Amino acid sequence: MTEVYTSSVIAAPAERVWAAVRDFNGLPDWHPAIAESRIEAGAPADQVGCIRAFRLKDGGFIREKLLALSDYDLSVIYSILESPMGVENYVATLKLTPITDGGGTFAEWSATFDCAPEREADLALHIGQGVFQGGFDALKARFGGS
Amino acid sequence: MVTVRRSTDIDAPIDAVWRVLRDFNGHNRWHPAVAKSALDAGKKTDQVGAVRNFTLHNGARIRERLLSLSDRQHALRYSIVESDVPLLNYVAEVALRPVTDGDRTFWSWQSRFQTPEGREAELAKLVAEDVYEAGFSAVKAQVERRAARPATVSLDRATGSELAGQAVIVERHGGADQLRTVAVTAPPPAPGQVRLRQTAIGVNFIDVYCRTGTFDLLKPPGVLGMEAAGEVVDVGAGVRHLQPGQRVAYACPPVGAYCSVRTIDAALLVPLPDSIDDVTAAAGLLKGMTAAFLLHQVHPVKAGETLLIYAPAGGVGRLLCQWANHLGARVIGATSSEEKARAARAAGAHDVILPGPDSLETQLRALTDGRGADVIYDAVGRDSFPHSLAALANCGHLVSYGQASGDIGAWDIGALAANSATLSRPNFGHYCDSPEKVAALTKRLFDALERRVLSVEVGLRLPLSQAAEAHRALEGRRTMGSTVLIPET
Repeated sequence: MTEVYTSSVIAAPAERVWAAVRDFNGLPDWHPAIAESRIEAGAPADQVGCIRAFRLKDGGFIREKLLALSDYDLSVIYSILESPMGVENYVATLKLTPITDGGGTFAEWSATFDCAPEREADLALHIGQGVFQGGFDALKARFGGS
Repeated sequence: MVTVRRSTDIDAPIDAVWRVLRDFNGHNRWHPAVAKSALDAGKKTDQVGAVRNFTLHNGARIRERLLSLSDRQHALRYSIVESDVPLLNYVAEVALRPVTDGDRTFWSWQSRFQTPEGREAELAKLVAEDVYEAGFSAVKAQVERRAARPATVSLDRATGSELAGQAVIVERHGGADQLRTVAVTAPPPAPGQVRLRQTAIGVNFIDVYCRTGTFDLLKPPGVLGMEAAGEVVDVGAGVRHLQPGQRVAYACPPVGAYCSVRTIDAALLVPLPDSIDDVTAAAGLLKGMTAAFLLHQVHPVKAGETLLIYAPAGGVGRLLCQWANHLGARVIGATSSEEKARAARAAGAHDVILPGPDSLETQLRALTDGRGADVIYDAVGRDSFPHSLAALANCGHLVSYGQASGDIGAWDIGALAANSATLSRPNFGHYCDSPEKVAALTKRLFDALERRVLSVEVGLRLPLSQAAEAHRALEGRRTMGSTVLIPET
């Protein structure tokens, strides 16, 4: 089991950042790697169990299932059903916490997964720095980072 | 049940923060409220079940038990066993999380407790501000300075082109939470300019007015601040009276002093004599120049006049007391606590008025055989203005030079006829808007400092990145003397 953890601080109130990231079908609106996304079977994007199918700008196709969504904890948990990355049992959590001192947002994005041992380091870097930090960088550019 | 949650973001690696926080018997070494801490006999500081005994600076005693401690989670929980402060069934959790983006630390501190009926809000505020937020500031002051040190190297390397540093900006007009620390660069000096590496920055109430938008001197986002001291790094073409390495200070618009490096017009700078160090200059230049024009220009004070000075223990107030006493005036201070009254008397106030059953004007008239004050220096504003008018002697002069408590509002000038009063509302900017005016004011001030007529007291010194805390202290009337920010690079 490999664990990846990335966190950052975004200079905007947590409810504003949450409004952007809670939309399970909204990745193309804020994540720079995502070209297009749709929710399968016409389900609402906040229906737990719904599946998003999206295409990366590099052409890759990924399907992910919404496992949990909490407007109370400002967290979303999802798993990968299908992807070109070669990962198994991939479950990720994106969670926001208000920083009362200064009014910003502490953002955490983590994942656990299984993969071939020789690919572990590369995958951890790609997911942690490319996918997660890349997303945070985009949020920081949009809302202001610190 | 009351829940209190506070959190902050610290510019230091999680291990550095956790080293401080995991010591269950260490608050006396960093928390400003805790005077003493001792464990019950025979227990270790990381032994779950250990009980610590705090004595606070106000004398209160609290016993707390360590419920859990996890080096893996960077978290600990504790409960209050016995306390002079009525926090019942109090359980708190301290938890750290790494901020991988920048190798920093997110720290949350939260608790649930009950209180006696009707005291929920008061005790929640005490826990949130005096315990948790005060703790955040104290730990930041300890660990952030160390974390910031390596930046010095890159700053030195940058000389010759852009000079890198940090600044505190106000994002939008509003509260202290609108202040942010950001990376900045100072461009090479254009003709007539010099570039400074700043060593100390003065905090003034005018900064609060700029932050809130009361004064229209700063369009956010922008760097706050009117006053700093430092060293000249390099000079632009045509600058002859200053050279690299020279110590200088300034106290004037344009705003932009809350930074470690700054490129600025040479004409605004005052060379510092050897007898005046950088912190004194940053703490005293603006306030001293203010005292100079208030006492010598707005109302030239004469021996024998009776002066009422509000906030006599504050930055400007203390200088007004010292200087007016030296000029032979009778000085009466008006302040809010015994501690501040002592500071005012030490600064030269002959009498001090404290809040009591009698109004300020009644107390003042009792001290002056019914006459009132010839001159009143009032920067409190809304709360004090009517009392000031009522406390003036006939033909007295009310100098309203600030409004710390809020807008004074609209007044009928007919009210001045009650004692043939003169009212002045001076603006610092108009008394220092030319190099000649600045030179005259600073000469007077430096003279008074060198002859020890005046002394500048620095009451609060914080890292630049904690400018918001400095503003809160100033607005919360928690400061005595001047407040200074020190750039961390």
